[in-house]
Amino acid sequence: MTTYREAIRTALRRLLLEDSRVFLMGEDVGRYGGAYAVSKGLLKEFGEERIRDTPLCESTFLGAGIGAALGGMRPIVEVMTVNFSMLALDQVVNNAAVMRHMSGGQFEVPIAVRMATGAGKQIAAQHSHSLENWYAYIPGIKVLAPATAQDAHDMLLAAVEDPDPVFIFEHQMLYGIEGPFDPNATPSSPWKAAVLHPGSDVSLIAYGGSVHKALAAAEELEKEGISAEVIDLRSLRPLDRSAIITSVSRTHRAVVIDEAWKTGSLASEVSATLAEEAFYELDAPIARVCTREVPIPYAKHLEDAALPQVPAIVEAARRSVGSG
Amino acid sequence: MTVDISRDHALDLMLQMLRIRRLEEKSAELYAKQKIRGFLHLYIGEEAVGVGAMRGLRDDDNVVATYREHGHALVRGIPAGEIMAEMYGKANGCSGGRGGSMHLFSVERRFYGGHAIVGGGLPIAVGLALADKMKGESRVTACFFGDGATDEGEFHESLNLAALWKLPVLFLCENNRYAMGTAFKRHVSDDDIVNNPPAYGVHSETVDGMDVVAVERVVHNAAESVRETGEPRFVELRTYRFRAHSMYDAELYRSKAEVEEWKKLDPIEQLKDRALAAGLITGADIEAIEREVAREIEEAVEFAEQGAWESIGDLARHTYARDLS
Amino acid sequence: MAEFIMPSLGADMTAGTLGKWLVAVGDRVAHGDIIAEVETDKGTIEVEVFTSGVIEALLVEEGEKVPVGTPLAEIGEAGTESGTVSASVSGSAPESVSGSAPESVSGPASAPVSVSAGIMTLGGGGDLNGPMATPAVRRRAHELDVSLHALSGSGEHGRITQEDVERAAFANRVRAPSGDRVRISPYAKRLARQRQIDLTDVRGTGPGGAIGARDLEAVPAKPPADSPKERMQRAIAAAMTRANDEIPHYYVEHTIDMGTALEWLRAKNQSSSVNERLVSGVLLLRAVARALRKHPQLNATWQGSGVVRGDGFHVGLAVSLRGGGLVAPALRDADQGSLLELMARMTDLVSRARAGALRSSELTSPTITLTSLGERGVESVTPIIFPPQVAIVGFGAILTRPWVVNDRIVARPVVRVTLGADHRVSNGHQGARFLGTLDRLLQEPEKL
Repeated sequence: MTTYREAIRTALRRLLLEDSRVFLMGEDVGRYGGAYAVSKGLLKEFGEERIRDTPLCESTFLGAGIGAALGGMRPIVEVMTVNFSMLALDQVVNNAAVMRHMSGGQFEVPIAVRMATGAGKQIAAQHSHSLENWYAYIPGIKVLAPATAQDAHDMLLAAVEDPDPVFIFEHQMLYGIEGPFDPNATPSSPWKAAVLHPGSDVSLIAYGGSVHKALAAAEELEKEGISAEVIDLRSLRPLDRSAIITSVSRTHRAVVIDEAWKTGSLASEVSATLAEEAFYELDAPIARVCTREVPIPYAKHLEDAALPQVPAIVEAARRSVGSG
Repeated sequence: MTVDISRDHALDLMLQMLRIRRLEEKSAELYAKQKIRGFLHLYIGEEAVGVGAMRGLRDDDNVVATYREHGHALVRGIPAGEIMAEMYGKANGCSGGRGGSMHLFSVERRFYGGHAIVGGGLPIAVGLALADKMKGESRVTACFFGDGATDEGEFHESLNLAALWKLPVLFLCENNRYAMGTAFKRHVSDDDIVNNPPAYGVHSETVDGMDVVAVERVVHNAAESVRETGEPRFVELRTYRFRAHSMYDAELYRSKAEVEEWKKLDPIEQLKDRALAAGLITGADIEAIEREVAREIEEAVEFAEQGAWESIGDLARHTYARDLS
Repeated sequence: MAEFIMPSLGADMTAGTLGKWLVAVGDRVAHGDIIAEVETDKGTIEVEVFTSGVIEALLVEEGEKVPVGTPLAEIGEAGTESGTVSASVSGSAPESVSGSAPESVSGPASAPVSVSAGIMTLGGGGDLNGPMATPAVRRRAHELDVSLHALSGSGEHGRITQEDVERAAFANRVRAPSGDRVRISPYAKRLARQRQIDLTDVRGTGPGGAIGARDLEAVPAKPPADSPKERMQRAIAAAMTRANDEIPHYYVEHTIDMGTALEWLRAKNQSSSVNERLVSGVLLLRAVARALRKHPQLNATWQGSGVVRGDGFHVGLAVSLRGGGLVAPALRDADQGSLLELMARMTDLVSRARAGALRSSELTSPTITLTSLGERGVESVTPIIFPPQVAIVGFGAILTRPWVVNDRIVARPVVRVTLGADHRVSNGHQGARFLGTLDRLLQEPEKL
């Protein structure tokens, strides 16, 4: 058993050791050891050339990452959290995503960007965003959301190797969780969803920080005789639509769990996909369990009320099956 | 302008500036005829900057430019036909027809675009320089941008980061005194842009951007200094565009008189006058150059006219390395 | 001669107004000269001419607004001049330069009260289990298919009341398309169709009485759909049973000397190309049809109370199908046309019967049926009438048998023909006469 953060660190070390083109840059990744302690110890091991503390200039250091990737390096840019990434959105949308296309295929940007995301620690409105859908919206980049320690490790390796820009969202509540981890296991493709808990009555579809809540809900539902299938989306762009459709074709009911605000969320995208491609399999309306449409409050009871929680997932599943 | 250069050198500078001038004029004509669409930003009046700077750099150096980059691209060595075809949107354009006037790219010429977001190219230049430094290359990354870009956060962030990490970036500010329609004094708090970079520890100087010989000399020296020290430098090139910001601009923000004043400093005329007076070149030389340039432009237009349109079936190409579906 | 056109000066410019001419007819102009001012949305822009020459005509007046690409002036050739001469001009209708207007997002305004019962988010108040509402109110909401989360309650502390729910349900009804549509999930609808379940008797237990897959389980499943072959088998069985029960059959048999007919056929075929050769079956078919002309009471159908004579002589050909089925589609007006045509039609009908490509009219219009078991090699057949027809003709194989001709025994090709007929409509005498006519017709094959 290893923690999520340790698994990422393992991947970072391996990449830095095996490929001289790889380097890590971001705020406080070096001396501080990483805002979430992911890169602790790496500066000492690899030095300042490979572990670069940047000034507070998200746009320029992410842009520099793009330039370095263009110039033949394999940079891993750590944006401390998705909340700060908005300063760099222009570089993402207007450079990383379109360079290959605008140049007629001459240039590629093999950059990997890691960001902490999500809410739950009472750090209030400006520090609690879930913006995976903003990134998953953009053609030209890829987006991953590891929910397990193994995935956190494997996905980083895949992201660095990928010739396209890859954005990895690490839910901040997951860094300390422990999970099974084998650094030498043959990794499964990061671009596919995974069935973490097979079931037959309803599909609970989630990603990132919501996956463990979906699993807890499935356990609850089992006690009531409802067999819930839990799907971890894993890849948000490209979205594994085939897995979603296959699962719901079997269960005929879907509950999508997403920590983002419901409007325009990835849950909406999953719902639309099901309505388009699995319409004749649906035995109940698609349910979405998302964050209430409010800025995230500081007070704990309010934050808890705003975010999707296990009872709400269970309730939605029950209703879907018809016993709610 | 001092003209202590050889005849061949003078002819080359003359040729390059005229190539740009005639290409831009032809582009304006083709735009009016709707052969070129979207946005078109002409470099007329600023040729000395593009030519002098390119001649001051090495072939192997990296170049990042803005959307007013036809001249830079041309002198850099991207064939006129490919530039024209790109503006037409044809598949034989230098960006495959995907970019248009504002996004000329060439991997062979180390020409990293063609950027339409003001200030958006500076971080890229910093990154390219970072990669070269980490790989031990002796390249300079030349980054062209306008006075407007010095307002953007990226300008300050890039100077800071390049200075802090000692990256071989040559920041070339083409100050044509207007950020689109906003005059210099109305968008810069400190009159002199040259005062900015030293605040970040970056060496800064200014040069008359209408004097191609001076531009070449200054840029060359600055580039070699960057190459030698590995540290960034900043050069402000003072110039002026004789045409509007883009094709659809009524130029309500400046007086005709001002434009006429600057036209007297036409870099092509300046070089011509001085070179003729110094006996370096003759009227016949100029005529020969004009003929050569006219032919080149005509062939370029023909190349573009004959180019094929990319198949719509290929629409999704170049979004990812491999088609995801 | 070149044209000076209204130039495109920007991505979103579609037209411009000729503000002012700076030249007059007869003026000499050079490439690059500013010759007019154009007024656009962004202000007045000076425009240059791209050819050198002499202004021959000004085509647009000051103050006139024209689309981009419209010729504004004509420029004739001057003497020698430098600069490029751009003589080509887009002669076609000026292309609109306008960028497409942003597509307005159309669609029904989002209903303030959500109709979809499935949307579920955490409710207000301190109750993590949902919006504040008593169980009775929740039940009512479920019955009326109102989603509680989208309501703002008018009760104390934002509690949702029965009235809130009823009001919302009414609003939904008013807004939703009315009609006697069954509320059913897409999946259940598909299952119902597959299982051939009649939904009118199915009770839905979902929100608003919606039928779900579970509700279909209560409905006894129909026996699995038959294969087409089984269906056909049953149809034939039903028809034959009915014929047996309802139709009083009488039978008349006869043996016809086919010597002359076959001899004629052989001679005719020898002088015909391969695809024009006739088979004996065609002669039999034609003869039956022609014979019926003289005995129309055998060419009819029994419709409940009485006989309806056929509107033509449409002979149903019994065709056996691969896999054991049997159809008897009609060759309409078998008494008409050349034998070659009849042959072609017969071949076509048989092949389409075997391919399952018959037209419904062919299956419903026979006025009599002909069944020939000649290929099977049997001597005769005693066939059963296909109701509602009133007769059926069956042939055995044409076999060589000892025959008496002119008091001598010779080997002759003969065929046994059996007429089965409905005794309510005809009798043995009539039947016998029919067979006599048939015989006579086959002795004069050239007249068929």
